[in-house]
Amino acid sequence: MAANTEIAAVTETDLRDIATDVVARAMKSGATAAESIAREGTEFSTLVRLGQVETLKEAGSRGLGLRVFLGRRAASTYSSDFTREGINRLVQGALELAKVTSEDPCAGLPEREHLGAISGDLELYYDDVYSLPPEARIDYARRAERAALESDPRLTNSEGGSFDASTGHKVLANSLGFVGESRSSYCSVAAIPVAQAENGVMQRDYWFSVARTLRKLESPESVGKEAARRTLRRLGARKVASTQVPVVLDPLMASSILDNIFDAVNGNAIYRHASFLAGKLGEKIAGGSVTLIDDGIMPGGFGTSPFDGEGVPSRRTLVIENGVLKSYLLNTYAARKLGLKTTGNASRGLTGNPGIGSGNFFLQPGSRTPQQIIGEIKNGFYVTEFLGFGVNLVTGDFSRGASGLWIENGELTFPVEEVTVAGNLKDMLNNISEIGNDLEFRGSTASPTLRLDGMTIAGE
Amino acid sequence: MTPNQSLFFHKFGITPGDLERYLGEALTAGGEYADLYFEYLTSTSISVDESLVKSATQGISAGCGVRVVAGERTGYAYTDDLAPDKILRAARTAALIASGPSQQPVQNLKESAAHQLYQVSSPAADADVAAKLELVMRADRAARAYDSRIIQVQCGYADEVRQILVAGSDGTFATDVQPLARFSLIAIAKSGDNLARGQAGGGGRVAIDFFQSEKTPEYFAQEAARQAIIQLDAREAPAGEMEVVLGPGWPGILLHEAIGHGLEADFNRKGTSAFTGLIGKRVASEKCTVVDNGTLPSRRGSINVDDEGSPTQNTVLIEKGILKGYLSDKLSSKLMKMADTGNGRRESYEHIPMPRMTNTYMLAGEDSPEDIIRSVKRGVFAVNFGGGQVDITNGKFVFSTSEAYMIEDGKVTAPLKNCSLIGNGPIALTQVSMVGNDLQLDEGIGTCGKDGQQVPVGVGIPTLKLDRMTVGGTAR
Repeated sequence: MAANTEIAAVTETDLRDIATDVVARAMKSGATAAESIAREGTEFSTLVRLGQVETLKEAGSRGLGLRVFLGRRAASTYSSDFTREGINRLVQGALELAKVTSEDPCAGLPEREHLGAISGDLELYYDDVYSLPPEARIDYARRAERAALESDPRLTNSEGGSFDASTGHKVLANSLGFVGESRSSYCSVAAIPVAQAENGVMQRDYWFSVARTLRKLESPESVGKEAARRTLRRLGARKVASTQVPVVLDPLMASSILDNIFDAVNGNAIYRHASFLAGKLGEKIAGGSVTLIDDGIMPGGFGTSPFDGEGVPSRRTLVIENGVLKSYLLNTYAARKLGLKTTGNASRGLTGNPGIGSGNFFLQPGSRTPQQIIGEIKNGFYVTEFLGFGVNLVTGDFSRGASGLWIENGELTFPVEEVTVAGNLKDMLNNISEIGNDLEFRGSTASPTLRLDGMTIAGE
Repeated sequence: MTPNQSLFFHKFGITPGDLERYLGEALTAGGEYADLYFEYLTSTSISVDESLVKSATQGISAGCGVRVVAGERTGYAYTDDLAPDKILRAARTAALIASGPSQQPVQNLKESAAHQLYQVSSPAADADVAAKLELVMRADRAARAYDSRIIQVQCGYADEVRQILVAGSDGTFATDVQPLARFSLIAIAKSGDNLARGQAGGGGRVAIDFFQSEKTPEYFAQEAARQAIIQLDAREAPAGEMEVVLGPGWPGILLHEAIGHGLEADFNRKGTSAFTGLIGKRVASEKCTVVDNGTLPSRRGSINVDDEGSPTQNTVLIEKGILKGYLSDKLSSKLMKMADTGNGRRESYEHIPMPRMTNTYMLAGEDSPEDIIRSVKRGVFAVNFGGGQVDITNGKFVFSTSEAYMIEDGKVTAPLKNCSLIGNGPIALTQVSMVGNDLQLDEGIGTCGKDGQQVPVGVGIPTLKLDRMTVGGTAR
């Protein structure tokens, strides 16, 4: 493997100088306002399959994005070319484009008084994700896979064990004088074992741990064992007859529902009437036990940042409180469209107008364990996987493929697959009858176990 | 195109000698095969929202990925700086997947035979931005004019030109200039408190004139608006197993999910696909013949050479119901001792190539679409879909309707709310009892994701009847 010093050399560029220089050049060339983002990153990944290294990947990359305004007209360009010539092209290209876009009264940078960044250490960056020697990184992946495959003789094959590490460094600067800088790091370990039943039918599942520092990464052995448990319990899965029963979502599947709710409170969908939650601010839209929070400043969180994609400080926003919709999630543009204030949720890639992204988006946990929730159900469906994208945010219609375990008399019994779970998100929010106590972040969105009533299961 | 004619020579000064030097460096630690993938991508996008052009974007990305293969092992590194020292560093990094003395010499580079599937004389990305802007504005006007209940229109036009150069230590040398353009449109209709959405789009490896003559903004606008208005009256879809008729074109996503992914050679080499070991076995009714064809002119899923420099092909996957073959890249074809089908694709220079689909479709049958509908007592007629997904190991797949109707006593009746259809790949096509004579390919909007890599693809089917499939609605 390459020495770490070789990769580090790529990241020595002074992003701060580049970002502010691009803004200055855009202003000098005639922009009335400008914003630039300069990013660098490194990535390492390895996959070990059946004990052998299958892939090793290592690289560093960088990119530059510019958004300019000519009055109320906006345009943007991006490039990976940091040379003087490349930056000139970036600036001239953006200004040319801005001549043809429309006057939009809501377009523009945030108000100056809204700009800023959270100070202090948000625990987002640890250089230890790159501290392991190459062999030790490969060993993480190998150990996760081995722990999975050694759990049971029915685990006969594997899509591998993996270890990934990455770091990111970005600077956002604009012509109102904002300059924000942030660094982040990630590492993750995962295993995907494959099990075979006596009839030859195979099943696979996975498990993973992700952290900003190696110190918080779960052991490869625990990840591998959990991946094995999740895979084995799928063996012998079958279809069930179509029915309506209580549905319990495991935390990962519950958090996928929160992703749908995030999309529905996204200010860009709201002002376009493209969400079933448009116009519902202040109304009761969910069961009384539902409190949903977007927290962009939780130390160490996967959705944490000192400032958003427009240079507005991140913050904690109560989205749903005891079932009442309290706030949409907004960037400056959506806020202006709706006559509201930005919630500091602007997201920005290298290119285009800022979007809206979540911070740490989670449902406040309840007091009961998943076992207690399942224990009360006579006949129900515990969902451990959704398949497909059957969610219509305009209408709220929800219909996705699902697999999991059947609940009988309070116990998880046989595995189920090739069925769908369908309903409407409006009803689903109101029909959350139980929220577990098992909130755990494995990404920026997190939910405890949820029980939903009134869903339709389609099968035989 | 010889190395000296390529953009990478003109713009970055990369000579055939340089290519051999980089490949030599990549093999210094004993790798058996190495390749270089140079990419220079320019892109433009324009969107209209609320009748305003709120955003216009242009960008350039360039880079080089270096791959080294040793047995089943792959080392990969890339750089977005095409300076010789940076490419050599990437080559050294990738080289270390192997450990030992250098064994393989670099063969003389020899240009691959390639198709000429698309026009590159006036690639779409060079056309005037104003002309593209006119397209999206026309679409916005047309969708709103369709019906007064259309309250929102979002329309986007995006194009790119990808120039690639692939050089392999086995002598592979290929260049290509790949245009790609796509028009997409979402319309939202409102009636009372009732909201509905319709979407349409299309394109391919075409230039802007395609949208000015063949498929106009008005065509896509009216299609999205029509769907949105129809969906205003949608009723609950049924739940359970029943007869399903798929309309021609984009519903071919069935093939992509049900069988296409499961036939990608990497999963079969590893024995993790539900189709592993089924070559020569019946996996569909005898009315089904399915191909993956990367050589159709101007289609979104077509490419002259794949991202390993191999010419694309027309590969028969299923012939009269019998499984014939897999979709392969260089690595899997070598390890499985089978032919490379030219399906090695990657999202960009940052990614390792792997077997991917191109345009996957079923050949036309003999039934008339009218007879197919007439044969159904109670079922669902699905004519348009959103996305789909498959678990390749157990074969379960879903795809979700965006426009579907009930069929009652042989007649198409009420529109249905969006719902997912779910099935089992190796069995689903055995349920095909009628195949229409009306094969259509999709409009050119599909993007396939695998291991986090997105590539453009096409699908197609004639009208199809499946005797049994699970429909994921809510009606009892």
